[in-house]
Amino acid sequence: MNTRIGLIAANTFREAVRDRVLYNLIAFALLMSGAAVLVGQISIDIERLVVVNLGLTAVSLFGTVIAIFIGIGLVSKEIDKRTLYTVLSRPVRRWEFIVGKFFGLAGTLAVNTFFMAVGVFAALLYVAHHFQASDGWVLVALYFIVLEFLIITAIALLFSSFSSPLMAAVFAFSLFVIGSFSEDLRGFAAMAHGPGRWLALAAAYLVPNLSALNVISSVAHQQAVSGRLILDNTAYALTYSALALCGAVLIFERRNLK
Amino acid sequence: MSASQRVAAVAGSTLIACLLASIILLRQIDGMRSAATIQEVLYISSPKLLKRLSLGYNGLLADIYWTRAVQYFGGKHHEGARHYELLAPLLDITTQLDPHLSVAYEFGSNFLAPPPPNGAGQPERAIQLVEFGIRNNPNDWRLYYDLGFIYYMNLQEYSKAAAAFLQGSRVPNAHPFLKVLAAQMAEHAGEIQTARLMWLTTYQTARDPSIRANAVAHLRALQVDQDVTALEALVNLYREKSGRLPASFQAMEQAGFLRSLPVDPLGQTYALEANGQVVVRDPDDLPFIRKGVPQGYVPPARPKFLPND
Repeated sequence: MNTRIGLIAANTFREAVRDRVLYNLIAFALLMSGAAVLVGQISIDIERLVVVNLGLTAVSLFGTVIAIFIGIGLVSKEIDKRTLYTVLSRPVRRWEFIVGKFFGLAGTLAVNTFFMAVGVFAALLYVAHHFQASDGWVLVALYFIVLEFLIITAIALLFSSFSSPLMAAVFAFSLFVIGSFSEDLRGFAAMAHGPGRWLALAAAYLVPNLSALNVISSVAHQQAVSGRLILDNTAYALTYSALALCGAVLIFERRNLK
Repeated sequence: MSASQRVAAVAGSTLIACLLASIILLRQIDGMRSAATIQEVLYISSPKLLKRLSLGYNGLLADIYWTRAVQYFGGKHHEGARHYELLAPLLDITTQLDPHLSVAYEFGSNFLAPPPPNGAGQPERAIQLVEFGIRNNPNDWRLYYDLGFIYYMNLQEYSKAAAAFLQGSRVPNAHPFLKVLAAQMAEHAGEIQTARLMWLTTYQTARDPSIRANAVAHLRALQVDQDVTALEALVNLYREKSGRLPASFQAMEQAGFLRSLPVDPLGQTYALEANGQVVVRDPDDLPFIRKGVPQGYVPPARPKFLPND
């Protein structure tokens, strides 16, 4: 990786840590330990199911909130504090700034997810007393969640490159919700007729497909995830993130910062 | 070209390449996960829980589940499936999230009740669904019609069908056919004319295109059943009068038994077999026929609906 991108990424990571982003881990730890104790006491044969569902959903939601709320401020905050001018006056290109910011936040989310994953497995061990082979699929679900974060971070960065933080948050959150129902959106498009069908299809293929990245329910039921899906989802998440990042670079390159 | 223009050109072309690649990948993923979203019903099958999870947006969630139900049935029907185990739960969830979504009850009575391959073969579940609809929409005459339709067509319980039609006819603004149907049940239950009246009512009142297509196919089949019965009676009359079976319909026309060559509802002439049996020429185009089927004919896995239906 380009050194300048690495430096911006490291700085973004440091800044996020300094902003006490990782404090969410305390809330997550409290949630997981509380749930584990409670579910352990109820003991109705679905302890594992509840812990996996609750744990993975919390990982996904906590991370999404962080990705959106940190992502939308990545550019605008630097402009407001005028630190962006200091960075760009050095031999740093605008696209390097955007890509560095992306990797910095993605790294923060990956570290955050790692600690939350430890929490999920600890709670799982507490309620089930041992691990089983199918718990490996939980790792796949966690990997998909990280892929989802990459997409959301890139989208937040895209909106952050041209709009105010509030509007960027609204746009990014709306895309997250629509993306979560993207398979249904394609279903609606398939049922539509005439020009509406093509419009719906275009919208369905343009919004991020987050439904395929959500395998929480099937993993909680110990169902396997196909290797092909892992491969395709990885390729899709990287492609879509690159797409949003390119959009952000294009806009930021033309933006008048005077 | 300046450095900034170069970056813009590279970013622009990468963006287009990524957009195309993401569409291709998405189509591949969709192919792998064709029923994945619908399978969720296996995990959260409780409509009450879903209602709570929807945070008050149950109307929107009902619409999503309704789309899923239609897609599920359409997809499985297209594959020629004989089991539709998720159709009933999907329709249950849809209607419990939005009890006033009357098209879901209509769909249930038409595709949940009939035996496979044209339906899920679950008339009891269909009755439960429609009765739930009636409890929540007591002034919707269509639901009483749907209930009577299931009793008549799928269970052949004519008295219960008559009771449902009669109850529906008392609803304000009910379709006048309901009174006629209630009366027909007493004397003409099981007759082709009664069935024709019912399918005609379904065709005229249904809002879902697949239900209307199904009704048209059934109306055609009833016409064929009636034509074949009448033509075979004429063939027998010819044999009685001439002492032998007619060689063809042309021979019957020349002998004055027919005014013209008989044609099926799609305009194809009927065929006369050597043993005097009257058959249709293209039975694939005429699903649901009970008479006029050529000997040894194996129907396709799923009934064929014509593009214009």
